[in-house]
Amino acid sequence: MEKASASAWRKFNARYNMIGNVCKTCNTKYFPPRIVCKNCGRNTKMEEYQFSGKGEIFSFTKIHVPSEAFKESAPYVIGVIKLEEGPMIEGHIVDSGKEPQIGAKVKQVFRRMYTDGEEGLITYHFKFELI
Amino acid sequence: MAGIVGYGVHVPRYRIKVEEIAKVWNDDPESIKKGLNITEKSVPGIDEDAATIAVEAARRAVDHSGINANEIGALYVGSESHPYAVKPTSTIVSQAIRTGHKLTAADLEFACKAGTAGIQMCAGLVDSKMIKYGMAIGSDTSQGRPSDALEYTASAGGGAFIIGSDKSEQIAEILKTTSYTSDTPDFWRREGAAFPSHGGRFTGEPAYFKHITNATKQLFEMTGFKASDFNYAVFHQPNGKFPIVVSKALGFEEKQIKDGLLTPVIGNTYSGASMLGLAAVLDIAKPNEKILLTSFGSGAGSDSFAIEVKDKIDEKRGKLTKVSDIINTRKIYIDYSTYLKNRGGIKKR
Repeated sequence: MEKASASAWRKFNARYNMIGNVCKTCNTKYFPPRIVCKNCGRNTKMEEYQFSGKGEIFSFTKIHVPSEAFKESAPYVIGVIKLEEGPMIEGHIVDSGKEPQIGAKVKQVFRRMYTDGEEGLITYHFKFELI
Repeated sequence: MAGIVGYGVHVPRYRIKVEEIAKVWNDDPESIKKGLNITEKSVPGIDEDAATIAVEAARRAVDHSGINANEIGALYVGSESHPYAVKPTSTIVSQAIRTGHKLTAADLEFACKAGTAGIQMCAGLVDSKMIKYGMAIGSDTSQGRPSDALEYTASAGGGAFIIGSDKSEQIAEILKTTSYTSDTPDFWRREGAAFPSHGGRFTGEPAYFKHITNATKQLFEMTGFKASDFNYAVFHQPNGKFPIVVSKALGFEEKQIKDGLLTPVIGNTYSGASMLGLAAVLDIAKPNEKILLTSFGSGAGSDSFAIEVKDKIDEKRGKLTKVSDIINTRKIYIDYSTYLKNRGGIKKR
């Protein structure tokens, strides 16, 4: 559970909008964003890059025994999503009236991820929904 | 005058039927369905709230409008279920749609009419050239006390409208707007209270009917229009019955209100209700047609609008996610216990 508001705030662009970055030297796209390109090292020239939020399910699993933070959401689905632009990331796949399948197309949606108790911050984050 | 440049809506996929709620409280479902003219209502997912609904609607509105969100100079979110008591929903939306920071933003609350109050505020700002575009959102995950009549109707959903003054971009022009407001204790929720209270029958005549009727008649006087001049009429819809009654009293026919009446299938989305009704009508309206919109918020007040559809509406339809697509696609029916869990109604200590 994330209690520090500053660390959450620094990640809003990535968490709300799937903004990663691209190395202009080799055109490799990264999400989440990296400071140094793994291909270019010192020659890294990073720029902000807006991901489309679309991709397909590479793999998934249904969580029945969750951590405390996600207890009320269980059972829920976590997937490895291959984004249209290349990177593979992990993300929640929301219930959308359709069973997830490997290869199924998904798009990002905006949802609550967790809440810090009754009085703390609410963390919002992208999740994925089957198209 | 100011007009609508784009719009978008969001309604959660979850639904609960009247029969499922009636079963728990030993009510007669047929009597409820007939009395309220409602068959089922939308329910937010456990990870949805007024902010997530507002963001989804706002993103669709930006896509539909074709504008750069960075040019939005005002953003208002109307709701009576803002996730925070102190910390704006509007700033969460602005971050999520990337408006940039040269922006005025605020959360509004006026029961079910805070969304249309936002439209009026944006219209004033764009007409006075203080901003290029304003976004007004009505979004709610409304609360109904278990076993109360409101439990059958209180639902979740929202609509976002982008308002601009450049006529070449407008899909519909706001010809005139007016409001009727009075201090009326028909419905309220105190700070920290989990559920609203209401004055039973008092919510009808002195509240809903009086304010909608007076605001609409004011609009008729200001514009010279009469009911038959409008192709469509949208009234706030706390249930499926009130808008039918008030529309008849004002001289409208059923064919004018049927396309904007969504409560029978999604429930009362509170601040989202009038916005969703207007969006459903814009989805099918043709250029030069006229729409009357009169919202209602308990406490109490009504905002009335005369809107004329413009040629641009057909050009922008390709980017539109229609209300019917959202409310009819892959609905997920849930039982009462899941409904309670999703609404935070199960206390563990």
